[in-house]
Amino acid sequence: MDTIIESLPMLWEGLKMTLYIFAIAIVLGFLIGLIMALLRLAPFKVLNWIAKIFIDAIRGTPFIVQLFFIYFGLNSFSWVSLDNVWAGIVTVAINAGAYFAEIIRAGIQSIDKGQTEAARSLGLNQSQNMRYIILPQAFRRMLPTITNQAIISLKDTSLLSIIGVADLTQRGRVIVSATFEPFTIYLALGVMYFIIIYLLSLLSSYLERRFVLR
Amino acid sequence: MSMIQVSNLKKSFGDLEVIKDMSTAVEPSEVVCVIGPSGSGKSTFLRCLNRLEEISGGHVYIDGADITDPKNNINEIRQKVGMVFQHFNLFPHMTVLENLTLAPIKLGKLKPDAAEKKALGLLDKVGLGAKAKSYPGELSGGQKQRVAIARSLAMDPKVMLFDEPTSALDPEMVGDVLGVMKDLAKEGMTMIVVTHEMGFAAEVADRVLFIDGGYIVEENIPNELFGNPQHERTKAFLSKVL
Ligand SMILES: Nc1ncnc2c1ncn2[C@@H]1O[C@H](COP(=O)(O)OP(=O)(O)O)[C@@H](O)[C@H]1O
Ligand SMILES: [Mg+2]
Repeated sequence: MDTIIESLPMLWEGLKMTLYIFAIAIVLGFLIGLIMALLRLAPFKVLNWIAKIFIDAIRGTPFIVQLFFIYFGLNSFSWVSLDNVWAGIVTVAINAGAYFAEIIRAGIQSIDKGQTEAARSLGLNQSQNMRYIILPQAFRRMLPTITNQAIISLKDTSLLSIIGVADLTQRGRVIVSATFEPFTIYLALGVMYFIIIYLLSLLSSYLERRFVLR
Repeated sequence: MSMIQVSNLKKSFGDLEVIKDMSTAVEPSEVVCVIGPSGSGKSTFLRCLNRLEEISGGHVYIDGADITDPKNNINEIRQKVGMVFQHFNLFPHMTVLENLTLAPIKLGKLKPDAAEKKALGLLDKVGLGAKAKSYPGELSGGQKQRVAIARSLAMDPKVMLFDEPTSALDPEMVGDVLGVMKDLAKEGMTMIVVTHEMGFAAEVADRVLFIDGGYIVEENIPNELFGNPQHERTKAFLSKVL
C-alpha cells in the first residue's frame, strides 16, 4: 500500500501525459478520418484511390511497425525532427484516422439516399447537404463505433512507452524497476486505465442518449 | 414562356432505356398529372426535371433556363422547383420547424426570424401549426407528408413536383394531403403530380399524361383521357385502374 501512495505523484504525471497524447491524437485522428472518408466517397477516382491506399496500408500493418517507421524511419531524414511524444501522437492519430475513415464512410453510406435527394431538391449543394443533413445523422449512428475505436487508441498509447514516452505505462515500469513490486504497481495501472475507459464509455452513452434519433 | 419545357428527353440506366423520347410543356399555373404502369418511368421523368437524375439526351428548361447548361447553377434552379417524395424524406434530426427553415436560412433567402415566421404560417396552412416543435418521428404519415409539402413551399418555388405523394399513406390520411394539394392548385401553383389517385387527377388536373414504354403515349384534358382514350395501351391501363 505504501508503495502505491508513494508512487502516486509519478503515476499522476504519467496519467497526464497519457491523456495529453490521447486528447490531441484522437482529435487529429478524427479529422484525418473525416477527410479520408470524404475522399473515399468523392466523385474522383484518384482521390478514392489515395484514401484507399492510406486506409489499407495502415489497417494492414501493426501499430508498433508504424510507430518505429515514424519515430526511427522518418527521423532518419535530416529535415524531420519529431521528439518521441510527437512521434507517438502522430502515430496514434494516423492509426486511429484509418479506422475512423472506415467508420465514418460506413456511417455516411448508412443514411437513406432520400435525405440527400430532399436536401438537393431544396437547392442545398453537396457540402451543405453533408454538413447539415448527412453528417449530423451519421455521427449519431456512429457514436458507439467511434467510442470503441477511441478506447482501442487509448490502449495503443501504452505502446509508446517502448520509445521512451513518459506515459502512464512507462512511469509504472520505472516504479517497478525501483520498487520490485510488479504485482501492486501493474494492478494499479490496470485500474487507472480501466477507470479512464469506463469514463469514456459513460460519456459516449450520455451523448447517445442526448442525441438519440427521434 | 412555358414554366417547364421538355424536348426530346432521353434517360437510360446503363443498357436500360427508361425514357426514349418525351416532349411536353407545362404552362404557369397548370396542373399536370402523370399516370402509367409501375416501372414505366414516371419517377425517372420527374427526377430528370430537377436533375436528380442526369439526363442522357434532349433538353429540360425550367422558367427558360436549360438545366444542363453549365452556365446555369443547378442549385439555384432547384430552389425554384419544390419536390415532394413518396416517402416524405423529412430530416429526422431536426424539428418540424427546423425542417422548414433550414434551406431558406442556409441559402441566404431569409433571415432566421423571417424564415421562422414564414414557416409557422405555412404549417398553419397545412393544418400543423401545433406541431412546429415536434420531431418527424412523432408524426403520422399524413402529417409528415404535409410537413414535406410545407418544407418545399418555404423556398417559394415556382413549380412543385409530386412523386406519388399519397401512395405510402394509410387510406384515412390520403384526403388531408390531397386537400393541401388542391388548395395549392387553386392558388395557382404550377404542379406536376405523379399519382395513382385517378379521382384527384380527374378533379384537379388541367391535363393528364399517360406514360408507357419510354414515351408519353397520350396527353389530354382529364375528361377526354379518361372518357375517350385514343390508344390501346391507355385503354388497357385505364381498364385496370378505373
Ligand atoms: N437508379 C436507377 N438505376 C437503374 N435502374 C433504375 C434506376 N431508377 C429507376 N430504374 C429503372 O427504371 C425503370 C423506371 O423506374 P421508375 O421511374 O421508378 O418507374 P415508375 O416511377 O413509373 O414506377 C424501372 O425499370 C426501374 O427499375
Ligand atoms: Mg415511381
